[in-house]
Amino acid sequence: MVEKVVEIKNVSMNYHTLSGETRAINNLSLDINNGEFVSIVGPSGCGKSTLLSMISGILKPTSGSILVNGEPVVGPSSNVGYMLQKDHLFGWRTVLKNATLGLEIQKKLNKESQAYVEHLLDEYGLSEFKHHYPKQLSGGMRQRAALIRTLATNPDILLLDEPFSALDYQTRLAISEEIWLIIKKERKTAIFVTHDIAEAVAASDRIIVLSSRPAEIKNIHDIYLTCDLKTPITCREAPEFRHYFNKIWKELDVHV
Amino acid sequence: MYNNVVSKEHQEFVKAHKLRKGSIIITQIALLVLFFALWEIAAHYKWIDPFIMSQPSRVLKTIINLTKDGSIFTHTGITVSETIIGFLSGTILGTIIAILLWWSEFIAKVLDPYLVVLNALPKTALGPIILVWIGGTVSSIIVMALLISVIVTILNVYLAFESCDEDKVKLLRTLGASKLQILTKVVLPSSIPAIISVLKINVGLSLVGVIVGEFLVSRAGLGYLIIYGGQVFKMDLVMTSVLILAVAAALMYLSVAWFEKKLNKMR
Repeated sequence: MVEKVVEIKNVSMNYHTLSGETRAINNLSLDINNGEFVSIVGPSGCGKSTLLSMISGILKPTSGSILVNGEPVVGPSSNVGYMLQKDHLFGWRTVLKNATLGLEIQKKLNKESQAYVEHLLDEYGLSEFKHHYPKQLSGGMRQRAALIRTLATNPDILLLDEPFSALDYQTRLAISEEIWLIIKKERKTAIFVTHDIAEAVAASDRIIVLSSRPAEIKNIHDIYLTCDLKTPITCREAPEFRHYFNKIWKELDVHV
Repeated sequence: MYNNVVSKEHQEFVKAHKLRKGSIIITQIALLVLFFALWEIAAHYKWIDPFIMSQPSRVLKTIINLTKDGSIFTHTGITVSETIIGFLSGTILGTIIAILLWWSEFIAKVLDPYLVVLNALPKTALGPIILVWIGGTVSSIIVMALLISVIVTILNVYLAFESCDEDKVKLLRTLGASKLQILTKVVLPSSIPAIISVLKINVGLSLVGVIVGEFLVSRAGLGYLIIYGGQVFKMDLVMTSVLILAVAAALMYLSVAWFEKKLNKMR
């Protein structure tokens, strides 16, 4: 079933400071389909995070409109879950209490929703750690706990803002594989912002390449990789992998 | 770990560590004993005038006398309870005002210069004004203790609120949290360590306020004993009161520090 779950229409965003005005995003239009895993890559500071903030409803675009499930975005909604760069688990709450944070805030914490969160924790290997505090968890477990906190309110769309950038490389490979599998299993639509081209190619159905500030769409790549098990790590061995990687690398046109 | 096979080297290390720790404690105690012994001897052989400098044996006699009529407990109890009320109310009121400043950036910006000036002003200078306005009662003493600790509390707690991780706040906003929820779910809990450390500072500050207040009000408490003893030249009473004050202050500080440690362990 192909339906548009996110529609971004002619969106522009300006930031104002006393010294002047910066255009972060320029007339950007983009549709995201249900169940898709879409990555957004672009030079640092090009407005990728701004775009996610606008989809999540915590920032209003200067002009243009954003629709989620056909409805215009007016503020944060439980349809959209946001995962930030670090796990941001609260040290004073147990893993379970961290996972139910969103439900608590949206006043949806009841027996049923609590059971759902506990089910997620059990399902994804955190059952023994429910009543532990975050500092007792490994980096990977913390990231899983953060994902479960995002999944707890049962959003259809997940916004992932470089969620693995604080992890070391090995953990990052392993955890991005795990998170990818969880997202697919829970049938979520994911919009994934990353610096890591390889990570994007391995995980995505589609990659959006943005230009430097003000961000515009430079190119969109549909990714087809021939690999048996369609998971990020195995897909890194696909013959087309290198081809996509090089193309996107050239488009990003990085000068240091 | 390797508990079952403790190497000789490790044993030596642990032994050296314990020895060092022990020698520090022994030296600390010895220093205290030496101080009182020297004081006693110097007074005994009239190297110093015991009438002006007092003397440990006379202090001990004073303590015994004060214990007999129970007044030592009354005065210490009054000072300690005034201090506790002072630092608790200072911390609570300061935190409430800090919440107000956090809530409205406008108010915070407007009040900023006033807070800076009030913080720099030695609050003890306000003592006589408070005495005239409120009168020579316990309330004056508590207001003194409160005033001395409240400004520092506002500044420190507000700073803690402001330095709360912006991304944690962003996380709550993406979940649709209201301002009140942001306050109660992340800003306040993440500032608890800062509030406790302010509480620790306030024990000392509030005690200063209480003693100055007791000097001025002159009715009861260790501060009253000190000022009274000074006026009638009973230096034994002054020294005794100061010593009791030192012990009471240390005990109050240690109990807050203990509470802080407990709390940090929980987190």
